[in-house]
Amino acid sequence: MADYRNPMLGSPLEVKVLTRRFDLANSASIAVYVAHEGYQALKKAFGMKPDEVINEVKKSNLRGRGGAGFNAGMKWSFVPGQTTKPKYVVSNADESEPGTCKDRVLMEYDPHQLIEGIVIAGYAIQSHQGYIYIRGEYRYLMDILDRAIEEAYAQGYLGKNILGSGFDFDLATHTGAGAYECGEETALLNSLEGLRGYPRVKPPFPALIGLYGCPTIINNVETLSNVPHIISHGGDWYAKLGTPNNGGTRLFCLSGHIERPGIYELPMGFPLRQMIEDVGGGVWHGKKLKCVIPGGSSCPVLTADEIDVPMDFDSLARIGSMLGSGGVVILDEDTCMVKAAWRIMKFYAHESCGWCVPCREGTHWLKTLLERFHSDGGMPDDPDTALDVSYNILGKTLCPLGDAAAMPMISILKKFRHEFEEHLKLGSCPYEKRAVNVA
Amino acid sequence: MLSDRLKAKFDSVIARYPLKRSAIVPLLLFAQDEIGYVSDEAVEEIARRVGVNPIEVIEDIGYYSMLHRQPVGKFHLQVCTNISCMLRGGEKIFEHCAKELGIEHKQTTPDGLFSLEEVECLGACCGAPAMQVNYDFYENVTPEKLDALLADLRKKDQGSRIKD
Ligand SMILES: Cc1cc2nc3c(=O)[nH]c(=O)nc-3n(C[C@H](O)[C@H](O)[C@H](O)COP(=O)(O)O)c2cc1C
Ligand code: FES
Repeated sequence: MADYRNPMLGSPLEVKVLTRRFDLANSASIAVYVAHEGYQALKKAFGMKPDEVINEVKKSNLRGRGGAGFNAGMKWSFVPGQTTKPKYVVSNADESEPGTCKDRVLMEYDPHQLIEGIVIAGYAIQSHQGYIYIRGEYRYLMDILDRAIEEAYAQGYLGKNILGSGFDFDLATHTGAGAYECGEETALLNSLEGLRGYPRVKPPFPALIGLYGCPTIINNVETLSNVPHIISHGGDWYAKLGTPNNGGTRLFCLSGHIERPGIYELPMGFPLRQMIEDVGGGVWHGKKLKCVIPGGSSCPVLTADEIDVPMDFDSLARIGSMLGSGGVVILDEDTCMVKAAWRIMKFYAHESCGWCVPCREGTHWLKTLLERFHSDGGMPDDPDTALDVSYNILGKTLCPLGDAAAMPMISILKKFRHEFEEHLKLGSCPYEKRAVNVA
Repeated sequence: MLSDRLKAKFDSVIARYPLKRSAIVPLLLFAQDEIGYVSDEAVEEIARRVGVNPIEVIEDIGYYSMLHRQPVGKFHLQVCTNISCMLRGGEKIFEHCAKELGIEHKQTTPDGLFSLEEVECLGACCGAPAMQVNYDFYENVTPEKLDALLADLRKKDQGSRIKD
């Protein structure tokens, strides 16, 4: 991997559960994995009833790391026990939420941790087939996973009668080919069936009618990578690592205007201020903080006055934002919020699948309006028009991609309205020349 | 003609699914990796193997941004300008590429060596600004590093031409 810098700088404040093996030489190999507790949880799970496994995961308060934060054990419990249909486990490795790059290191440095998590999930819902849906750009990770899957078959951790348990499970990788929307779970299922990645109407939820019309659980790579630790050390142990209702640790990706960008594993509920100042070394070049995107570009943004918040799902929801996918993006005092909003809307306009009108039209309107506004100052009622368009997307689309565009837009229009006024007054961007975003 | 290696790969990929058409997108990408783009022949072959009408395969191609029906450069430069990269100079990297190569977004140099594309988040945000050359990641890119990289790629190309 030419010039690929390991983004795991490390911090003494980290609590390493998922990343504990990352520093070992050949950490991706099955030999190293097995020598360091690997596949022990699977053995233990086979000694439990499937329901007991689900209960342990429920108890752990493990919540989905893909963005929505749904309780993983709860999701698994929706899969019908009695059914004549096959069931499926799908790991979502589409990782495309701007600001997010954590699943990548989990697959690169510890692919067997993910595989073990998937097999345990399969056992818990009595599924016999799993797929890992990987974004097309992550080809080298697919190669790593294919190799790991081959090793796991060779050593009896996949395939027929795993570890003499009588349980069979097959696993394969599946590559996407460039589409953010395919990270949305129902679009992902269509894509996995060889169709265009358009979302499906919910309900029915995938737990009942998913892949090929069969019961399916879809979980993020990080969510599933946690499962072996929960089974090995117990749901209570895992729950206690975090805050009430928000179990465990989380991989936070610190990016943007931060001194030490990188991926850091911190306990759920870790204070955002401390994350920026102590873990990330503060805002770069000694500048002041203007804004934080707390969990990927879909989240409502926070101002510098809002960073005294524990980074867990409930605390961020309480202040009107989201923990999202763990992508914490730092914006310094010289950043133009109109431009930032434009770039984010350009992304959603590019990625809208076009299946439903409010999202297809709305994201393009927002992008076009902001582009014009930023380049020549715009018109006085542009901010209100943008707000109006946003509210006509919010909650009115088939899948949450529309909301993902509307939510940051609304927050920027409300919290940084003065920057829009400044552009209007000046007839151009007041920040353009001040920014030092040289690489 | 598709190579035997590719055909064998097709067989093993199709066998992963209870429904053959699931293999369409992976097969398209693997075919493109070998041929450089998705040719008519590849479309026909994939449609035949998974048992769908070719138009269904073509429909998929239009949806996925990594698939293209025309050849791109031998070295396809994909520069991220999304938020984390934008904040650390991603746009400058893109402009630098465009200036050095004399091409713009989705264009290819006349010698077929380089093509350029402005892309969305590559999942390398902590190494921003980031880019990919074909499937290889390059992170914390600077204009200087980029110049060295381009020179390197040009040299690599000469090496391979001398060999064959
Ligand atoms: C537009 C859109 C893109 C998404 N992209 C991803 C993604 O790349 N990876 C992911 O794990 N979840 C993504 N999600 C969330 C998934 O729909 C789903 O909630 C998640 O995979 C469930 O797993 P979890 O409960 O373990 O988080 C996306 C959702 C939307 C609406
Ligand atoms: S924003 Fe450029 S790689 Fe994520």
